[in-house]
Amino acid sequence: MLIINSLRKTFGSLVAVDDVSFSIERGQLVGLLGPNGAGKTTTVSMIAGLVTPDRGEVLIAGRRLAGDTDPAKRRIGLVPQDVALYDDLSARDNLRFFGALYDFRGRALEERMANALALVGLADRARDKVKTFSGGMKRRLNLAAGLLHDPDILLLDEPTVGVDPQSRNAIFDNLETLKQRGKALLYTTHYMEEAERLADRIVVIDHGKVIADDTLAGLTGGVVAVAGQRPTLESVFLTLTGRSLRD
Amino acid sequence: MTLTVLAAMVRKDLMLFFADRRSVIMAFAVPILVASFFGSVFSGSSSDAEPARIAIAVVDQDGSTISKAIVSGLQGDRNLNVAVPTEEDARASVTRGRTSVAAIIPKGFGDAAGQAFFGSAPKPALDLLFDPSRSAEVAMVRGILTEHVMQAVSREMFGGAQGRQYVERMLPQIESSQTLPPDQKRLLVQMLRTVQDFYNQPNQTAQTAGPGLSMPYTVRERAMTANTNAGYNGYAHSFAGMGIQFLLFAMANLGIEVLLERQQGLWKRLRSAPLSRTTLLAGKTISGTIISLLTLFVSFGFAIVVFKVRISGSVVGFLAVSLACSLMASTFGLLVAALGKTPATARGVTTLAVLMMVMLGGAWVPTFIFPAWLQQATLVVPARWAVDGLDAMTWRGIGLAGAVLPTLMLLAFAVLFGGVAATQFRWEE
Repeated sequence: MLIINSLRKTFGSLVAVDDVSFSIERGQLVGLLGPNGAGKTTTVSMIAGLVTPDRGEVLIAGRRLAGDTDPAKRRIGLVPQDVALYDDLSARDNLRFFGALYDFRGRALEERMANALALVGLADRARDKVKTFSGGMKRRLNLAAGLLHDPDILLLDEPTVGVDPQSRNAIFDNLETLKQRGKALLYTTHYMEEAERLADRIVVIDHGKVIADDTLAGLTGGVVAVAGQRPTLESVFLTLTGRSLRD
Repeated sequence: MTLTVLAAMVRKDLMLFFADRRSVIMAFAVPILVASFFGSVFSGSSSDAEPARIAIAVVDQDGSTISKAIVSGLQGDRNLNVAVPTEEDARASVTRGRTSVAAIIPKGFGDAAGQAFFGSAPKPALDLLFDPSRSAEVAMVRGILTEHVMQAVSREMFGGAQGRQYVERMLPQIESSQTLPPDQKRLLVQMLRTVQDFYNQPNQTAQTAGPGLSMPYTVRERAMTANTNAGYNGYAHSFAGMGIQFLLFAMANLGIEVLLERQQGLWKRLRSAPLSRTTLLAGKTISGTIISLLTLFVSFGFAIVVFKVRISGSVVGFLAVSLACSLMASTFGLLVAALGKTPATARGVTTLAVLMMVMLGGAWVPTFIFPAWLQQATLVVPARWAVDGLDAMTWRGIGLAGAVLPTLMLLAFAVLFGGVAATQFRWEE
């Protein structure tokens, strides 16, 4: 469904992303892991069309993504790292606006809004202003806004930052549901346990390059057990990216 | 699709605007309050209105007939509010800013002024103490004082006791003068005897002195506007000026909102949708224009209802100038969004930019008080064209033709601002 081919992006002398390639199939969730500044967000931004790559291509269902108005962008949903919502508008008004950006209106828009709100468990708070929501509710609405137009590919950039365990669990359930519906999900996170729980495949990126791309079993299987302890994703990650601080 | 998106963007921006109480107050209530204040200050006096009087103090150290007449004349002047304190109090009053000017009539002033009146003696000095911050009032007081001094001295010299004594004293001196040329002596004696004969008429006494010298003309003042039915209404100018000022502030705020949207990741959502850059900028421009128009119309609506401001020129012209002005302000907001780095820095810079624009545009004080070079320089300030255009359509009563140039200039500024914003906007997230 989504193929990333040799993406490269530089900002001045800084090479943010260098020859990154991977793919995601329907019904698959790929975890994109990496330390701070590794190039995760830039990669997601290039896939979403927010940043133009210097080189390489993004293929959506075999078709190259090109330009701001490419209809293929309708097949991508973005859930940004920030809670990208209008605090002074109600949940419904937020969704109505984001739906209209994809040319939805009238009954079709109402149905999509109702479905999205029901999926994230916010149907009963639809008319409340976002500023009255808890952090977890805002994160769930953030997710709803990203999948309102029923995209085939969902890009989730650290969607659970600052969320309580209940809301995080609810988001995980939502993502499982979306996987079952055949969506292709790209999930960036710093939380290893999230990737362990959700990801069908894990791509580790550091210094702008892909340094690992495998299943959880494949990644942990390649590391020698220490003192009889089975390696975790975190130990694998630290082995791959090192222990030096990345500020 | 574009129409649906544009409508949604406009709807969202309007909802956000009206949800923010501070923005609404800044856009509607504050301009009305400030414009009402400025309008009341600069509205000009109608024929039956009591003019604002200048507070002056007069210290009469002379106590002569002439000095008393001067004080009396000043007290009767409708432009002055005259106090007669001691010299010490007068000085203190001017120093503290309670009085604009203090005139001190020194001892012997009346006598000396009388003698100087015929040009034969040194002129006595009249002390004027003034508040340096109110030089315009000093100039006005100087003129009024001149009129009353001339009137008092001439009245006394042509009909008062001092004048009679002066002639009686001067006649023998001139007749016995050995230095005056005979022709001049003869003419002077002849003139003074004629004056003496005038004094000695049966109906002339010291108590019935004539009016003295007076202003030899009166003035017929006519305020000129293009439409004979249009009269100057200071509120029209102040609502135009303040309307523009707060409209620019509102739009600068809209630009800052875009920077906040960028910080909050909202712009990522917009950019990830299949929308052209033109659509995104057009949506913001339309929202801004509508909000600006609302700001302007609410302000002028209030001025029309409460202060009887009239669109004495062309209604179509007024609408055209308003629309062009709103478009210009809206694209100014885009410029803020394009050039601003963070909301905080943009806020500081745009506040300064807006204040400079409206100050140079004549929104606070009329541009005619600027130096000539600055008046020319303000032609590149959009607020100048906006204020001129709105003035032309309201109190100046100029027809549609008067709206054409301001409208075109404002549209040109809108194109310039929009063009720079489009090229400088940071599209990559």
